[in-house]
Amino acid sequence: MTDEARPSQPVPRTPWRKRLLRWEVFLALVVAADFALNVQLSPYFLSTETLSDVSFNFTEKALVALPMALLIIAGEIDISVAATMALASVCMGLLATTTASLTAIVGCGLAVGLLAGAFNGALVTRWRVPAIVATIGTMSLYRGIAYGILGDRVLKSYPPAFAFFGQGYVAGPVSFELLLFTLAAVLCALYLHRTEFGRRLVAIGCNKSAAEMAGVRVNRYRFWLFVATGVTSAAASVLLTSRLGSTRPSIAQGMELDIISMVILGGVAITGGRGSIVGVVLAAILTGLAIFGLGLINVPGVVMSLLMGALLILIVGLPIVGRRLRWIHV
Amino acid sequence: MSSRHNAALALLTAILFVAVAARYPQFASAAGLRDTFDDTSILILLALGQMLVMLTRAIDLSVAASVALTGMCVALINQAMPGVAMPWLVLSAALLGAVLGAVNGLLVWQLQIPPIVVTLGTLAIYRGATYLVSGGRWVNSGDMSPVFLSLVRERWGGLTLLSWLAIAGVLLTACLLRYSAAGRSLYAAGNNPEAARYVGVDVGRAQCLAFVFNGVLAGLCGYLWVARYAVAYTGIASGFELTVIAACVIGGVSIAGGSGTVLGVLLGCLFLGVIKNALPLLAVSPFWQMAVSGAVIVTAAVLNAAGVRAPQRQRILEN
Amino acid sequence: MSNDEPSVNAPLLQLSGISKSFGGTRALESVELALYAGSITALVGENGAGKSTLVKILTGIHQPDRGRITFCGKSVRIRSPAHAQQLGISVIHQEAVVFDELSVAENIFVTARPRHWGLIDWARMRRDAGRLMERLDCPLDPGLLLRDLSVAQRYLVQIARALSHDARLVIMDEPTAALSHHEAQLLLRIAAGLRDEGRALLFISHRFEDLFAIADRYVVFRDGRNVAEGLMPGTSVDTLIQSMVGRAIARLYPKRSVALGEEILRVQDLSRAEEFAHVSFGVRRGEILGVYGLVGAGRSELMQSVFGLTRAESGSIELDRAQIRPRHPADAIAQHIAYVPEDRQHQGAIPSLSISSNIALASLAQFTRHGWVDGERLTRTVGEWAQRMQVKYANLEQPLSELSGGNQQKVVLAKWLLTAPRVLILDEPTKGIDVGSKAAVHALMGEWVEQGMAIILVSSELPEVLGLSDRVLVMRRGRMAGVLDRTEADAATVLRLASAA
Repeated sequence: MTDEARPSQPVPRTPWRKRLLRWEVFLALVVAADFALNVQLSPYFLSTETLSDVSFNFTEKALVALPMALLIIAGEIDISVAATMALASVCMGLLATTTASLTAIVGCGLAVGLLAGAFNGALVTRWRVPAIVATIGTMSLYRGIAYGILGDRVLKSYPPAFAFFGQGYVAGPVSFELLLFTLAAVLCALYLHRTEFGRRLVAIGCNKSAAEMAGVRVNRYRFWLFVATGVTSAAASVLLTSRLGSTRPSIAQGMELDIISMVILGGVAITGGRGSIVGVVLAAILTGLAIFGLGLINVPGVVMSLLMGALLILIVGLPIVGRRLRWIHV
Repeated sequence: MSSRHNAALALLTAILFVAVAARYPQFASAAGLRDTFDDTSILILLALGQMLVMLTRAIDLSVAASVALTGMCVALINQAMPGVAMPWLVLSAALLGAVLGAVNGLLVWQLQIPPIVVTLGTLAIYRGATYLVSGGRWVNSGDMSPVFLSLVRERWGGLTLLSWLAIAGVLLTACLLRYSAAGRSLYAAGNNPEAARYVGVDVGRAQCLAFVFNGVLAGLCGYLWVARYAVAYTGIASGFELTVIAACVIGGVSIAGGSGTVLGVLLGCLFLGVIKNALPLLAVSPFWQMAVSGAVIVTAAVLNAAGVRAPQRQRILEN
Repeated sequence: MSNDEPSVNAPLLQLSGISKSFGGTRALESVELALYAGSITALVGENGAGKSTLVKILTGIHQPDRGRITFCGKSVRIRSPAHAQQLGISVIHQEAVVFDELSVAENIFVTARPRHWGLIDWARMRRDAGRLMERLDCPLDPGLLLRDLSVAQRYLVQIARALSHDARLVIMDEPTAALSHHEAQLLLRIAAGLRDEGRALLFISHRFEDLFAIADRYVVFRDGRNVAEGLMPGTSVDTLIQSMVGRAIARLYPKRSVALGEEILRVQDLSRAEEFAHVSFGVRRGEILGVYGLVGAGRSELMQSVFGLTRAESGSIELDRAQIRPRHPADAIAQHIAYVPEDRQHQGAIPSLSISSNIALASLAQFTRHGWVDGERLTRTVGEWAQRMQVKYANLEQPLSELSGGNQQKVVLAKWLLTAPRVLILDEPTKGIDVGSKAAVHALMGEWVEQGMAIILVSSELPEVLGLSDRVLVMRRGRMAGVLDRTEADAATVLRLASAA
């Protein structure tokens, strides 16, 4: 035993990081390929206007995908994000019919998101309902309240300045949406990969009770992650509502599945404990490029989701098939 | 715990039913009851299939898209070839459903992709395929043959074919889960996958089996849905997968696998069915229906979680 | 090979030249093993010696890279767990492989439910299950769900399962580790009964007293090879340990004499409904307080309350004579109290996380400047600790799951020492780890108390408690049965206190 207790030699790079890197390189290659394809498809693709147009295709979903990624890494999930967006949109729309200021409207939307997220968080932490069950329920509840309040009406009396959030540009071709998303992505990446909180989050996702035993306040983390997801959904709702200029209770319908697909596409393990923000951002860009490219050749939305669904299974399944056939050495 | 859960749920359903019936006697009339059950039948069939999948610790988000795809396919076949006899049509719906379920099942079994990821993907694929086969068109009642439409409404002993199918589904599933080795292996696989492997139960195979069975039911419901609502388009049953899962959750099926009963699922479906059919009578805007069922799901989930929590403290002290 | 009944002296199972590697590591290397009908063979070896790989090959979970398995005189390839069962090989696993939501009867017959016309015959299943449980002196209602049974009862259900398909070779992996003294005796009687029926038994255990009580032969594994074998009666604990570690271990339980300081922690009249009542004790600087009790005596529950994991409903906890009320482990850690839980796989360690993340987890704040983690300093400190604890590892970023049980436990201990604890609560710190690691942990405990730490040692292993403790607190059914000084604590007294009615 003594001869085996030798100190270890440091190994240049870890297998874990290798695997992660490979995943992101793979995604980046797919993004590049798609980019090249789009250039082929349309001569106008490389113009700055087109490229900033592309960003509108994914920023709202991608914005929500960021806290969703953190949530999934921590071993939870939130199915109610799109319903939260709808509820926030309806509340903002109602307030906009009064003489409320722009700040009040946006503040109201964010507050609704905060409450919705806090309720989800309370269900999961205080009442110990499994996250997927709890948020399937609140998805129905939040969307239902939106329908109940609005019925088949449409709200569109937003003040003119409101249009800035979803349509405005900050500098040159950089839209407000893109700026907000970029800032949020950098923040999330730093939070996850560079702070003690991020490390605890990963530990929670790997094994909740061991993390708890090691002094991590697991429920506090989970609760605030749900709140963050709620608030971010509301922010995405501000962007979407502003871009569309109107609110129906069916706004953002089905978007939760797109968002979760984006996160998984980004290499986040659905079982928790593993994932990176870079991957999620790449997946978001990929989605945006693909949707834009398909739009160029007039592919309808439902077929685009078909292709995204196939891509999801392919991208998650291929490495597994590869490992089986020993293409990739583990 | 499950029998107590079922008793509580039955009581709640009964209270709700009596409360509505007290003010609106027509709700409790034989015809009213039959209508409510008829209206809930498709949910029951789909929830039974979903329950099998959930027993193995999996989940099927693609079930409503499978309903749409098979429903669209049989509607198109019927439109193009009205001469094809109904048994063949129904059989082909079930077969197509089985294939769709098998795709899910094989991806889960052979590639070991988490079920939620697989069915999230196939949800989009099946829905997209529905659009592709129909070219985005609607198939209206005028395009369907009369027997295609009337079969589900055919009555025997006062109940529609649809209702009888739901009853048959309940009995069949109950027998399967109680008396067949395959049915029992679903519980074993979901309750403790690691242990299941040690005793020679192939967890992936059990999951695949559940997905195929669920697919057959979804395929069948594809025809039933299209015939009952007399229309087929890309968006039919959109989002219904979550209602189905909700019925299972209310019925006490654990999302963590290994526990759940047919009776519980039946009660969960009836509970949702009674609410859905009572709301219009109570002059509540149909737009509030979704919120009410959401509130019910949340409440049921909280109550279930509380039931699971209770026995955690081990009794050590005597007296 | 023609039809041949094995002769009386031929082994029932023979392994020759079995080798198995995982990636780059050799788990088994040319293993030879023979097991005989009507005989109990003890398999001993440190963790990581290849015992569990051997079990997995015998049950068809892994396939050997090389070598031959002969069973009943025929060369066989064991394809799967189901195939192993068909052959008549049954394993009773360390952690009960049972289904909580299924009944006793179904757990027993989970692979071969009796059928009638293709349908499961529940009445017969219950009847047969009842009969099997009675044979094991454990007349349980076959309709009970497994989640309502005790650890020992779950184990018996697994044995009944092995009996149900009439296994000719029964492998028992650490069967007595989680059992109380009385339960373990019952189990040993059953094992002897199985042998007397003419079955072959392979008995894997770290508890030497059990092995000497029932085994006929022994085989010692070290570093993936069988290094010694012989008849049990002709050997001694020392010889076995020597072959296991390849050298002699001076003493298993070295006790360092340390001058005791002032009392650090004082628990007064602590109670929590259904778990424990009116427990009072104190622990001083430099002291090891042993806490002994049978499994289920409320020891872990008591410690978890002290650590803030659960909340005591009455009584008080004082640190340096000031009352504290830990509401969460984080509060206890801030007060420099550490708790190493018993269940290493699920509570102590995070197997899928890297070694460095595991060690740093409880003291991340130390490596943080303005919110940012200083990765370099973290790696340096963690590496120092890993070496100080003599952890065997390839690199700090490899997942903890790749280490052996003993090394995982050292990583868990390193995590807690990094929090600079003044009171260290160890709950079964050496459970299921090999002799070498065990000795290392004991030696470290001696070092720590010398440095002024106070240690509370919760253990079911009587020699460990008696050998290391300054005082022994004995618990019975959630209550204090007595506190004994080192001089008055002997095995008989402690056992009497722990089990007396």
